Amino acid sequence: MAATTSAPAESGQREPNHGLRIFLIWLPLALAADLIIWFVWGPHLPPGDLGSAAQGQQFDISVMAVMAAPVMIFVLAYAAYALIVWRHREGDDEDGPPIHGNARISATWIGVTAAIVLSLFVFGTYELVVPAGAGAGEGNTPIWTPGGTPLQVQVIGQQWRWTYRYPQFGGFETTALVLPVGQEIQFNVTSLDVIHSFSAYQLGVKADANPDVNNVAYTKTLAAGTVQVRCFELCGLWHADMTTVGHVVSVSAFKAWAAASKVQLAALTKILPPYSLTYDPNSVAQLGQAFVKAGLSGAGGNYYGAQYPVQP
Amino acid sequence: MSLPARVTTLTVAFLVVAVGVAFVVVHYLLGGPPTVNYSASSSGQVNLVMQTDASSSPQAVPSAPTWVSYFIRDPSSGAWVHTTLFTVPAHTRVNVTILGYDGSTPLRNQVFSKVTGTMGGVAYYGTTPVKVANGWNGNPNFNIQHTFAIPGINLSVPIQAGPGTCLTGPCTNNQHSTTKFSFMTPAAGVYRWQCFVPCGLSFLDGNGGPMQTIGFMTGNMTVVS
Repeated sequence: MAATTSAPAESGQREPNHGLRIFLIWLPLALAADLIIWFVWGPHLPPGDLGSAAQGQQFDISVMAVMAAPVMIFVLAYAAYALIVWRHREGDDEDGPPIHGNARISATWIGVTAAIVLSLFVFGTYELVVPAGAGAGEGNTPIWTPGGTPLQVQVIGQQWRWTYRYPQFGGFETTALVLPVGQEIQFNVTSLDVIHSFSAYQLGVKADANPDVNNVAYTKTLAAGTVQVRCFELCGLWHADMTTVGHVVSVSAFKAWAAASKVQLAALTKILPPYSLTYDPNSVAQLGQAFVKAGLSGAGGNYYGAQYPVQP
Repeated sequence: MSLPARVTTLTVAFLVVAVGVAFVVVHYLLGGPPTVNYSASSSGQVNLVMQTDASSSPQAVPSAPTWVSYFIRDPSSGAWVHTTLFTVPAHTRVNVTILGYDGSTPLRNQVFSKVTGTMGGVAYYGTTPVKVANGWNGNPNFNIQHTFAIPGINLSVPIQAGPGTCLTGPCTNNQHSTTKFSFMTPAAGVYRWQCFVPCGLSFLDGNGGPMQTIGFMTGNMTVVS
Protein backbone atom coordinates (compact mmCIF):
# COMPACT_ATOMS: atom_id res chain seq x y z
CA MET A 1 0.00 0.00 0.00
CA ALA A 2 2.83 2.34 0.80
CA ALA A 3 4.50 1.55 -2.48
CA THR A 4 5.65 4.29 -4.75
CA THR A 5 7.46 4.04 -8.01
CA SER A 6 10.95 5.42 -8.37
CA ALA A 7 10.39 6.69 -11.90
CA PRO A 8 7.57 7.69 -14.18
CA ALA A 9 6.02 5.01 -16.30
CA GLU A 10 8.23 4.03 -19.18
CA SER A 11 5.49 4.81 -21.61
CA GLY A 12 5.85 8.45 -20.64
CA GLN A 13 2.25 8.70 -19.60
CA ARG A 14 1.60 10.44 -16.34
CA GLU A 15 0.70 8.02 -13.58
CA PRO A 16 -2.83 8.78 -12.35
CA ASN A 17 -3.39 9.74 -8.74
CA HIS A 18 -4.35 6.33 -7.47
CA GLY A 19 -4.73 7.51 -3.90
CA LEU A 20 -7.31 10.11 -4.88
CA ARG A 21 -9.15 7.60 -7.02
CA ILE A 22 -9.34 5.09 -4.19
CA PHE A 23 -10.43 7.81 -1.79
CA LEU A 24 -13.22 8.89 -4.11
CA ILE A 25 -14.39 5.31 -4.43
CA TRP A 26 -14.13 4.71 -0.70
CA LEU A 27 -15.79 7.89 0.54
CA PRO A 28 -19.35 7.40 -0.81
CA LEU A 29 -19.29 3.69 -0.03
CA ALA A 30 -18.16 4.29 3.55
CA LEU A 31 -20.66 7.09 4.01
CA ALA A 32 -23.50 4.96 2.69
CA ALA A 33 -22.49 2.00 4.82
CA ASP A 34 -22.33 4.12 7.98
CA LEU A 35 -25.70 5.71 7.31
CA ILE A 36 -27.26 2.30 6.71
CA ILE A 37 -25.64 0.86 9.82
CA TRP A 38 -26.68 3.74 12.03
CA PHE A 39 -30.20 4.36 10.84
CA VAL A 40 -31.34 1.04 9.36
CA TRP A 41 -29.38 -1.80 10.89
CA GLY A 42 -28.51 -0.25 14.25
CA PRO A 43 -31.99 -0.21 15.77
CA HIS A 44 -32.25 -3.94 15.10
CA LEU A 45 -28.87 -4.95 16.46
CA PRO A 46 -28.82 -7.23 19.49
CA PRO A 47 -29.61 -7.37 22.31
CA GLY A 48 -32.43 -4.86 21.71
CA ASP A 49 -33.56 -1.94 23.79
CA LEU A 50 -35.75 -3.44 26.50
CA GLY A 51 -33.34 -2.29 29.20
CA SER A 52 -30.80 0.47 29.62
CA ALA A 53 -27.92 -1.99 29.57
CA ALA A 54 -29.21 -3.57 26.38
CA GLN A 55 -29.74 -0.17 24.83
CA GLY A 56 -26.20 0.79 25.76
CA GLN A 57 -24.84 -2.41 24.26
CA GLN A 58 -26.80 -1.80 21.08
CA PHE A 59 -25.36 1.71 20.92
CA ASP A 60 -21.85 0.36 21.52
CA ILE A 61 -22.16 -2.22 18.78
CA SER A 62 -23.54 0.41 16.40
CA VAL A 63 -20.65 2.77 17.13
CA MET A 64 -18.10 0.03 16.63
CA ALA A 65 -19.78 -1.05 13.42
CA VAL A 66 -19.77 2.54 12.17
CA MET A 67 -16.06 2.77 12.94
CA ALA A 68 -15.22 -0.61 11.49
CA ALA A 69 -17.17 -0.34 8.27
CA PRO A 70 -15.01 2.39 6.65
CA VAL A 71 -11.88 0.45 7.48
CA MET A 72 -13.27 -2.74 5.99
CA ILE A 73 -14.57 -0.90 2.94
CA PHE A 74 -11.20 0.75 2.43
CA VAL A 75 -9.47 -2.63 2.45
CA LEU A 76 -11.99 -4.09 0.03
CA ALA A 77 -11.95 -1.02 -2.23
CA TYR A 78 -8.17 -1.00 -2.31
CA ALA A 79 -8.09 -4.73 -3.10
CA ALA A 80 -10.66 -4.35 -5.85
CA TYR A 81 -8.86 -1.32 -7.30
CA ALA A 82 -5.55 -3.17 -7.28
CA LEU A 83 -7.03 -6.21 -8.92
CA ILE A 84 -8.55 -4.13 -11.70
CA VAL A 85 -6.05 -1.34 -12.33
CA TRP A 86 -2.81 -3.14 -11.53
CA ARG A 87 -3.73 -6.49 -12.95
CA HIS A 88 -1.33 -8.29 -15.27
CA ARG A 89 -1.97 -7.39 -18.90
CA GLU A 90 -1.37 -9.47 -21.99
CA GLY A 91 2.16 -9.03 -23.31
CA ASP A 92 3.43 -7.19 -20.29
CA ASP A 93 6.14 -9.41 -18.86
CA GLU A 94 8.13 -6.72 -17.10
CA ASP A 95 8.61 -6.63 -13.40
CA GLY A 96 6.77 -4.02 -11.47
CA PRO A 97 8.60 -0.88 -10.40
CA PRO A 98 10.76 -1.16 -7.28
CA ILE A 99 9.05 -0.31 -4.04
CA HIS A 100 10.35 2.21 -1.57
CA GLY A 101 9.00 3.27 1.77
CA ASN A 102 6.72 6.24 2.06
CA ALA A 103 6.99 7.92 5.44
CA ARG A 104 3.87 9.99 4.98
CA ILE A 105 1.65 7.06 4.17
CA SER A 106 3.18 4.95 6.93
CA ALA A 107 2.70 7.71 9.46
CA THR A 108 -0.88 8.24 8.33
CA TRP A 109 -1.61 4.53 8.54
CA ILE A 110 -0.11 4.18 12.00
CA GLY A 111 -1.72 7.38 13.20
CA VAL A 112 -5.19 6.53 11.97
CA THR A 113 -5.17 2.99 13.32
CA ALA A 114 -3.73 4.14 16.65
CA ALA A 115 -6.40 6.81 16.92
CA ILE A 116 -9.13 4.26 16.19
CA VAL A 117 -7.85 1.77 18.75
CA LEU A 118 -7.25 4.37 21.45
CA SER A 119 -10.62 5.99 20.90
CA LEU A 120 -12.26 2.57 21.18
CA PHE A 121 -10.40 2.01 24.43
CA VAL A 122 -11.63 5.30 25.87
CA PHE A 123 -15.12 4.78 24.50
CA GLY A 124 -15.32 1.21 25.83
CA THR A 125 -14.16 2.24 29.28
CA TYR A 126 -16.62 5.11 29.40
CA GLU A 127 -19.44 2.88 28.28
CA LEU A 128 -18.62 0.35 30.96
CA VAL A 129 -18.35 2.82 33.81
CA VAL A 130 -21.09 5.37 33.20
CA PRO A 131 -24.11 3.07 32.77
CA ALA A 132 -23.43 1.34 36.09
CA GLY A 133 -21.48 -1.61 34.83
CA ALA A 134 -23.35 -1.94 31.54
CA GLY A 135 -25.40 -4.87 32.79
CA ALA A 136 -22.42 -7.01 33.72
CA GLY A 137 -21.88 -8.65 37.09
CA GLU A 138 -19.76 -6.36 39.26
CA GLY A 139 -19.13 -8.70 42.15
CA ASN A 140 -20.51 -8.23 45.63
CA THR A 141 -19.20 -4.68 46.05
CA PRO A 142 -20.12 -2.92 42.82
CA ILE A 143 -18.08 0.15 42.00
CA TRP A 144 -20.58 1.64 39.58
CA THR A 145 -24.07 1.97 40.99
CA PRO A 146 -27.14 3.78 39.70
CA GLY A 147 -28.90 6.41 41.74
CA GLY A 148 -32.19 6.01 43.52
CA THR A 149 -33.58 2.88 45.10
CA PRO A 150 -33.49 0.01 42.64
CA LEU A 151 -35.85 -2.91 42.81
CA GLN A 152 -33.97 -5.80 44.39
CA VAL A 153 -34.31 -9.11 42.59
CA GLN A 154 -32.30 -12.04 43.80
CA VAL A 155 -31.46 -14.57 41.12
CA ILE A 156 -30.73 -18.04 42.45
CA GLY A 157 -29.19 -20.59 40.13
CA GLN A 158 -29.39 -24.29 40.84
CA GLN A 159 -29.10 -27.37 38.72
CA TRP A 160 -31.18 -26.79 36.62
CA ARG A 161 -33.55 -23.95 37.19
CA TRP A 162 -33.55 -20.27 38.00
CA THR A 163 -35.59 -18.99 40.92
CA TYR A 164 -36.11 -15.38 42.01
CA ARG A 165 -36.60 -13.74 45.39
CA TYR A 166 -38.10 -10.32 45.96
CA PRO A 167 -36.83 -9.09 49.33
CA GLN A 168 -38.77 -5.82 49.15
CA PHE A 169 -42.01 -7.80 48.96
CA GLY A 170 -41.60 -10.09 51.93
CA GLY A 171 -38.88 -12.23 50.41
CA PHE A 172 -41.12 -14.59 48.48
CA GLU A 173 -39.41 -16.87 46.00
CA THR A 174 -40.78 -17.91 42.66
CA THR A 175 -39.79 -19.43 39.37
CA ALA A 176 -41.25 -16.45 37.51
CA LEU A 177 -39.22 -13.38 36.63
CA VAL A 178 -41.49 -10.36 36.52
CA LEU A 179 -40.20 -6.77 36.42
CA PRO A 180 -41.87 -3.35 36.27
CA VAL A 181 -41.16 -1.08 33.35
CA GLY A 182 -39.23 2.14 33.90
CA GLN A 183 -37.57 0.87 37.07
CA GLU A 184 -33.92 0.57 38.00
CA ILE A 185 -33.27 -3.10 38.78
CA GLN A 186 -30.54 -4.56 40.97
CA PHE A 187 -29.98 -8.25 40.29
CA ASN A 188 -28.28 -10.08 43.14
CA VAL A 189 -27.06 -13.24 41.48
CA THR A 190 -25.93 -16.32 43.36
CA SER A 191 -25.93 -20.10 43.11
CA LEU A 192 -26.79 -23.01 45.36
CA ASP A 193 -24.45 -25.51 43.77
CA VAL A 194 -22.12 -25.12 40.80
CA ILE A 195 -21.23 -22.06 38.73
CA HIS A 196 -24.02 -20.83 36.52
CA SER A 197 -24.28 -17.60 34.55
CA PHE A 198 -27.46 -15.57 34.52
CA SER A 199 -28.28 -13.94 31.24
CA ALA A 200 -31.39 -11.82 30.75
CA TYR A 201 -30.75 -11.33 27.07
CA GLN A 202 -33.14 -8.57 26.06
CA LEU A 203 -32.16 -6.60 29.17
CA GLY A 204 -28.45 -6.87 28.34
CA VAL A 205 -27.70 -8.39 31.73
CA LYS A 206 -25.20 -11.16 32.23
CA ALA A 207 -23.68 -12.10 35.56
CA ASP A 208 -22.00 -15.26 36.80
CA ALA A 209 -23.87 -17.12 39.51
CA ASN A 210 -21.31 -18.51 41.93
CA PRO A 211 -22.06 -20.35 45.16
CA ASP A 212 -21.30 -18.24 48.24
CA VAL A 213 -20.98 -15.09 46.11
CA ASN A 214 -23.40 -12.24 45.54
CA ASN A 215 -22.79 -10.89 42.07
CA VAL A 216 -24.57 -7.59 41.45
CA ALA A 217 -25.72 -6.35 38.05
CA TYR A 218 -27.84 -3.33 37.21
CA THR A 219 -30.17 -2.32 34.45
CA LYS A 220 -33.19 -0.13 33.99
CA THR A 221 -36.21 -1.55 32.22
CA LEU A 222 -37.29 0.74 29.39
CA ALA A 223 -40.18 -1.05 27.74
CA ALA A 224 -42.62 -3.86 28.36
CA GLY A 225 -41.85 -7.19 26.75
CA THR A 226 -40.47 -10.65 27.25
CA VAL A 227 -36.97 -11.52 28.35
CA GLN A 228 -35.20 -14.73 27.45
CA VAL A 229 -33.28 -15.99 30.46
CA ARG A 230 -30.55 -18.52 29.85
CA CYS A 231 -27.59 -20.02 31.63
CA PHE A 232 -24.34 -19.08 29.94
CA GLU A 233 -22.07 -21.38 31.94
CA LEU A 234 -21.95 -25.07 31.13
CA CYS A 235 -23.39 -26.51 34.31
CA GLY A 236 -24.25 -30.13 33.70
CA LEU A 237 -26.72 -32.38 31.95
CA TRP A 238 -29.58 -29.93 31.55
CA HIS A 239 -27.57 -26.74 31.12
CA ALA A 240 -29.15 -26.08 27.73
CA ASP A 241 -32.59 -26.45 29.26
CA MET A 242 -32.00 -23.95 32.06
CA THR A 243 -34.16 -21.28 30.53
CA THR A 244 -36.97 -18.99 31.63
CA VAL A 245 -39.09 -16.41 29.90
CA GLY A 246 -39.24 -13.28 32.03
CA HIS A 247 -41.73 -10.47 31.64
CA VAL A 248 -41.40 -6.71 31.89
CA VAL A 249 -44.83 -5.34 32.68
CA SER A 250 -46.40 -2.07 33.70
CA VAL A 251 -45.79 -0.81 37.22
CA SER A 252 -49.39 -1.41 38.23
CA ALA A 253 -49.35 -4.94 36.82
CA PHE A 254 -46.11 -5.66 38.63
CA LYS A 255 -47.44 -4.36 41.92
CA ALA A 256 -50.56 -6.47 41.53
CA TRP A 257 -48.49 -9.55 40.70
CA ALA A 258 -46.11 -8.99 43.59
CA ALA A 259 -48.92 -8.44 46.05
CA ALA A 260 -50.75 -11.55 44.87
CA SER A 261 -47.58 -13.65 44.91
CA LYS A 262 -46.76 -12.47 48.42
CA VAL A 263 -50.12 -13.78 49.59
CA GLN A 264 -50.20 -16.94 47.52
CA LEU A 265 -46.68 -17.93 48.51
CA ALA A 266 -46.97 -16.97 52.17
CA ALA A 267 -46.95 -20.59 53.37
CA LEU A 268 -43.90 -21.31 51.29
CA THR A 269 -42.10 -18.14 52.33
CA LYS A 270 -42.41 -19.21 55.97
CA ILE A 271 -40.19 -22.22 55.40
CA LEU A 272 -37.67 -20.45 53.23
CA PRO A 273 -34.43 -19.48 54.91
CA PRO A 274 -34.29 -15.79 55.84
CA TYR A 275 -33.38 -13.62 52.91
CA SER A 276 -29.65 -13.47 52.51
CA LEU A 277 -27.34 -12.38 49.73
CA THR A 278 -25.85 -15.88 49.59
CA TYR A 279 -26.86 -19.31 50.78
CA ASP A 280 -24.24 -21.92 51.50
CA PRO A 281 -26.05 -25.22 51.07
CA ASN A 282 -23.38 -27.06 53.01
CA SER A 283 -23.35 -24.87 56.08
CA VAL A 284 -26.92 -23.73 56.49
CA ALA A 285 -27.45 -24.03 60.18
CA GLN A 286 -30.99 -25.23 60.06
CA LEU A 287 -30.17 -27.87 57.53
CA GLY A 288 -27.35 -29.21 59.65
CA GLN A 289 -29.58 -29.28 62.71
CA ALA A 290 -32.25 -31.13 60.81
CA PHE A 291 -29.80 -33.76 59.75
CA VAL A 292 -28.30 -34.22 63.17
CA LYS A 293 -31.67 -34.51 64.85
CA ALA A 294 -32.86 -36.96 62.26
CA GLY A 295 -29.70 -39.00 62.49
CA LEU A 296 -29.16 -38.54 58.80
CA SER A 297 -26.51 -37.39 56.47
CA GLY A 298 -27.37 -35.77 53.21
CA ALA A 299 -26.17 -34.93 49.77
CA GLY A 300 -23.59 -32.34 48.95
CA GLY A 301 -20.29 -31.43 50.54
CA ASN A 302 -20.61 -32.63 54.11
CA TYR A 303 -24.16 -33.66 53.35
CA TYR A 304 -23.37 -37.33 53.34
CA GLY A 305 -20.67 -37.76 55.92
CA ALA A 306 -17.15 -39.05 55.87
CA GLN A 307 -18.09 -42.58 54.89
CA TYR A 308 -19.04 -41.25 51.48
CA PRO A 309 -16.15 -39.18 50.19
CA VAL A 310 -17.21 -36.56 47.73
CA GLN A 311 -16.33 -37.22 44.13
CA PRO A 312 -15.98 -34.39 41.65
CA MET B 1 8.74 -54.97 6.50
CA SER B 2 7.42 -56.83 3.50
CA LEU B 3 4.46 -55.60 1.52
CA PRO B 4 2.09 -58.35 2.73
CA ALA B 5 3.07 -57.66 6.31
CA ARG B 6 2.41 -53.95 5.89
CA VAL B 7 -0.95 -54.59 4.26
CA THR B 8 -1.88 -56.99 7.04
CA THR B 9 -0.82 -54.54 9.73
CA LEU B 10 -2.75 -51.72 8.10
CA THR B 11 -5.86 -53.88 7.73
CA VAL B 12 -5.73 -55.02 11.34
CA ALA B 13 -5.21 -51.48 12.58
CA PHE B 14 -8.13 -50.26 10.49
CA LEU B 15 -10.38 -53.01 11.81
CA VAL B 16 -9.41 -52.24 15.41
CA VAL B 17 -10.30 -48.57 14.96
CA ALA B 18 -13.52 -49.42 13.11
CA VAL B 19 -14.62 -51.82 15.82
CA GLY B 20 -13.78 -49.25 18.49
CA VAL B 21 -15.81 -46.56 16.76
CA ALA B 22 -18.72 -48.94 16.25
CA PHE B 23 -18.61 -49.89 19.93
CA VAL B 24 -18.69 -46.27 21.03
CA VAL B 25 -21.55 -45.46 18.68
CA VAL B 26 -23.65 -48.47 19.60
CA HIS B 27 -22.88 -48.64 23.30
CA TYR B 28 -22.73 -44.97 24.26
CA LEU B 29 -24.45 -42.93 21.59
CA LEU B 30 -27.26 -45.22 20.56
CA GLY B 31 -27.54 -47.03 23.87
CA GLY B 32 -29.66 -45.84 26.74
CA PRO B 33 -32.64 -46.76 28.80
CA PRO B 34 -35.82 -47.95 27.10
CA THR B 35 -38.93 -45.83 26.71
CA VAL B 36 -42.17 -46.83 28.38
CA ASN B 37 -45.18 -45.94 26.29
CA TYR B 38 -48.36 -44.83 27.98
CA SER B 39 -51.62 -44.35 26.15
CA ALA B 40 -54.93 -43.10 27.39
CA SER B 41 -57.24 -45.62 28.98
CA SER B 42 -60.91 -45.95 28.13
CA SER B 43 -61.57 -43.01 30.42
CA GLY B 44 -59.34 -40.86 28.26
CA GLN B 45 -56.75 -40.57 31.00
CA VAL B 46 -53.27 -41.93 31.56
CA ASN B 47 -52.27 -43.66 34.76
CA LEU B 48 -48.53 -43.32 35.17
CA VAL B 49 -46.94 -45.34 37.96
CA MET B 50 -43.39 -44.85 39.15
CA GLN B 51 -41.31 -45.70 42.18
CA THR B 52 -38.25 -44.23 43.81
CA ASP B 53 -35.63 -46.43 45.42
CA ALA B 54 -32.79 -45.51 47.70
CA SER B 55 -30.70 -47.92 45.75
CA SER B 56 -31.33 -50.25 42.87
CA SER B 57 -29.87 -53.72 42.68
CA PRO B 58 -27.10 -55.45 40.74
CA GLN B 59 -29.75 -57.47 38.96
CA ALA B 60 -31.71 -54.41 37.84
CA VAL B 61 -28.85 -51.99 37.23
CA PRO B 62 -25.51 -53.77 36.94
CA SER B 63 -23.68 -50.60 35.94
CA ALA B 64 -24.58 -48.62 39.06
CA PRO B 65 -26.41 -50.81 41.54
CA THR B 66 -25.98 -48.40 44.46
CA TRP B 67 -27.39 -45.34 42.78
CA VAL B 68 -30.70 -43.87 43.81
CA SER B 69 -33.17 -44.28 41.03
CA TYR B 70 -36.65 -43.99 39.64
CA PHE B 71 -38.37 -46.99 38.03
CA ILE B 72 -41.40 -46.82 35.76
CA ARG B 73 -44.05 -49.50 35.53
CA ASP B 74 -44.75 -50.77 32.05
CA PRO B 75 -48.54 -50.49 31.62
CA SER B 76 -48.71 -53.45 29.27
CA SER B 77 -46.74 -55.98 31.29
CA GLY B 78 -46.88 -54.50 34.76
CA ALA B 79 -43.13 -54.95 35.07
CA TRP B 80 -40.91 -52.31 36.59
CA VAL B 81 -38.55 -50.89 34.02
CA HIS B 82 -35.32 -49.14 34.91
CA THR B 83 -35.81 -46.01 32.89
CA THR B 84 -36.87 -42.39 33.15
CA LEU B 85 -38.14 -42.09 29.60
CA PHE B 86 -41.83 -42.31 28.92
CA THR B 87 -44.33 -41.16 26.36
CA VAL B 88 -47.83 -39.83 26.95
CA PRO B 89 -50.48 -38.41 24.63
CA ALA B 90 -50.89 -34.66 24.27
CA HIS B 91 -53.62 -32.68 26.03
CA THR B 92 -54.49 -35.59 28.24
CA ARG B 93 -54.95 -35.90 31.95
CA VAL B 94 -52.15 -37.91 33.51
CA ASN B 95 -52.73 -39.44 36.94
CA VAL B 96 -49.36 -40.05 38.52
CA THR B 97 -48.71 -42.44 41.37
CA ILE B 98 -45.22 -42.51 42.84
CA LEU B 99 -44.34 -45.18 45.36
CA GLY B 100 -41.64 -43.88 47.65
CA TYR B 101 -39.11 -46.49 48.73
CA ASP B 102 -36.56 -43.97 49.95
CA GLY B 103 -36.08 -42.18 53.26
CA SER B 104 -36.07 -38.44 53.71
CA THR B 105 -33.58 -35.99 52.33
CA PRO B 106 -33.98 -32.22 52.64
CA LEU B 107 -34.32 -29.97 49.68
CA ARG B 108 -31.52 -27.60 48.98
CA ASN B 109 -34.00 -24.95 47.95
CA GLN B 110 -37.27 -24.97 49.82
CA VAL B 111 -39.09 -23.31 46.95
CA PHE B 112 -39.55 -26.81 45.59
CA SER B 113 -41.53 -27.74 48.68
CA LYS B 114 -44.52 -26.18 46.99
CA VAL B 115 -46.72 -28.24 44.70
CA THR B 116 -47.10 -26.47 41.37
CA GLY B 117 -48.52 -27.34 38.00
CA THR B 118 -50.84 -30.10 39.14
CA MET B 119 -54.60 -30.08 38.78
CA GLY B 120 -55.89 -28.07 41.69
CA GLY B 121 -52.35 -27.21 42.71
CA VAL B 122 -52.36 -30.16 45.04
CA ALA B 123 -50.72 -33.55 45.52
CA TYR B 124 -51.84 -36.31 47.87
CA TYR B 125 -49.68 -38.06 50.40
CA GLY B 126 -51.83 -41.12 50.74
CA THR B 127 -55.19 -39.42 51.05
CA THR B 128 -53.88 -36.22 52.60
CA PRO B 129 -53.89 -33.22 50.26
CA VAL B 130 -50.63 -31.31 50.28
CA LYS B 131 -49.90 -27.92 48.75
CA VAL B 132 -46.66 -27.13 50.56
CA ALA B 133 -44.64 -30.03 51.92
CA ASN B 134 -42.09 -29.83 54.66
CA GLY B 135 -38.92 -30.08 52.62
CA TRP B 136 -36.91 -28.72 55.51
CA ASN B 137 -37.92 -25.98 57.88
CA GLY B 138 -35.38 -26.35 60.59
CA ASN B 139 -36.93 -29.30 62.32
CA PRO B 140 -36.20 -32.97 61.73
CA ASN B 141 -39.71 -33.79 60.66
CA PHE B 142 -39.27 -32.96 57.04
CA ASN B 143 -41.22 -35.43 55.04
CA ILE B 144 -39.96 -35.55 51.50
CA GLN B 145 -37.43 -37.73 49.77
CA HIS B 146 -37.32 -36.53 46.16
CA THR B 147 -39.25 -34.34 43.79
CA PHE B 148 -40.79 -34.94 40.40
CA ALA B 149 -40.51 -31.76 38.38
CA ILE B 150 -41.09 -30.89 34.74
CA PRO B 151 -39.85 -27.28 34.56
CA GLY B 152 -41.15 -26.78 31.03
CA ILE B 153 -44.75 -26.93 32.29
CA ASN B 154 -43.94 -25.58 35.76
CA LEU B 155 -44.85 -28.92 37.33
CA SER B 156 -43.13 -29.59 40.64
CA VAL B 157 -44.19 -32.12 43.23
CA PRO B 158 -42.26 -33.08 46.35
CA ILE B 159 -42.47 -36.83 46.94
CA GLN B 160 -43.40 -38.02 50.39
CA ALA B 161 -40.67 -39.80 52.32
CA GLY B 162 -41.12 -43.52 52.70
CA PRO B 163 -41.27 -45.42 55.98
CA GLY B 164 -37.95 -47.02 55.18
CA THR B 165 -35.33 -47.29 52.53
CA CYS B 166 -35.40 -50.10 50.03
CA LEU B 167 -31.95 -50.90 48.73
CA THR B 168 -32.88 -53.54 46.19
CA GLY B 169 -34.94 -51.67 43.65
CA PRO B 170 -37.27 -52.21 42.00
CA CYS B 171 -39.06 -52.96 45.23
CA THR B 172 -42.40 -54.66 45.57
CA ASN B 173 -43.09 -54.71 49.28
CA ASN B 174 -45.63 -52.50 50.98
CA GLN B 175 -43.12 -50.37 52.88
CA HIS B 176 -43.53 -47.32 50.75
CA SER B 177 -45.18 -43.95 50.71
CA THR B 178 -47.72 -43.10 48.05
CA THR B 179 -47.76 -39.71 46.38
CA LYS B 180 -50.47 -39.00 43.83
CA PHE B 181 -51.21 -36.04 41.62
CA SER B 182 -52.62 -35.27 38.19
CA PHE B 183 -51.64 -32.89 35.46
CA MET B 184 -52.58 -32.11 31.89
CA THR B 185 -50.03 -32.85 29.24
CA PRO B 186 -49.07 -29.96 26.97
CA ALA B 187 -48.66 -29.99 23.19
CA ALA B 188 -46.42 -32.55 21.57
CA GLY B 189 -42.76 -32.24 22.38
CA VAL B 190 -40.00 -33.50 24.62
CA TYR B 191 -40.04 -32.22 28.19
CA ARG B 192 -37.22 -33.01 30.56
CA TRP B 193 -37.98 -33.87 34.10
CA GLN B 194 -35.78 -34.17 37.12
CA CYS B 195 -35.55 -34.46 40.89
CA PHE B 196 -34.57 -31.29 42.73
CA VAL B 197 -33.39 -32.98 45.89
CA PRO B 198 -29.62 -33.25 45.59
CA CYS B 199 -29.67 -36.98 46.15
CA GLY B 200 -26.58 -38.04 44.23
CA LEU B 201 -24.92 -39.92 47.01
CA SER B 202 -21.22 -39.13 47.39
CA PHE B 203 -21.08 -36.81 44.41
CA LEU B 204 -20.13 -33.16 44.67
CA ASP B 205 -23.07 -31.10 45.87
CA GLY B 206 -25.20 -34.24 45.57
CA ASN B 207 -25.90 -33.39 41.95
CA GLY B 208 -23.61 -35.82 40.18
CA GLY B 209 -24.01 -39.47 39.25
CA PRO B 210 -27.68 -40.43 39.23
CA MET B 211 -28.74 -36.78 39.14
CA GLN B 212 -26.95 -36.29 35.83
CA THR B 213 -27.69 -39.65 34.25
CA ILE B 214 -30.84 -40.33 32.29
CA GLY B 215 -32.42 -43.49 33.61
CA PHE B 216 -31.94 -42.63 37.28
CA MET B 217 -33.21 -39.30 38.69
CA THR B 218 -33.89 -37.42 35.49
CA GLY B 219 -35.30 -38.14 32.09
CA ASN B 220 -37.68 -37.07 29.39
CA MET B 221 -41.43 -37.04 29.05
CA THR B 222 -42.18 -37.28 25.35
CA VAL B 223 -45.62 -35.97 24.53
CA VAL B 224 -47.02 -37.33 21.29
CA SER B 225 -49.95 -35.95 19.39
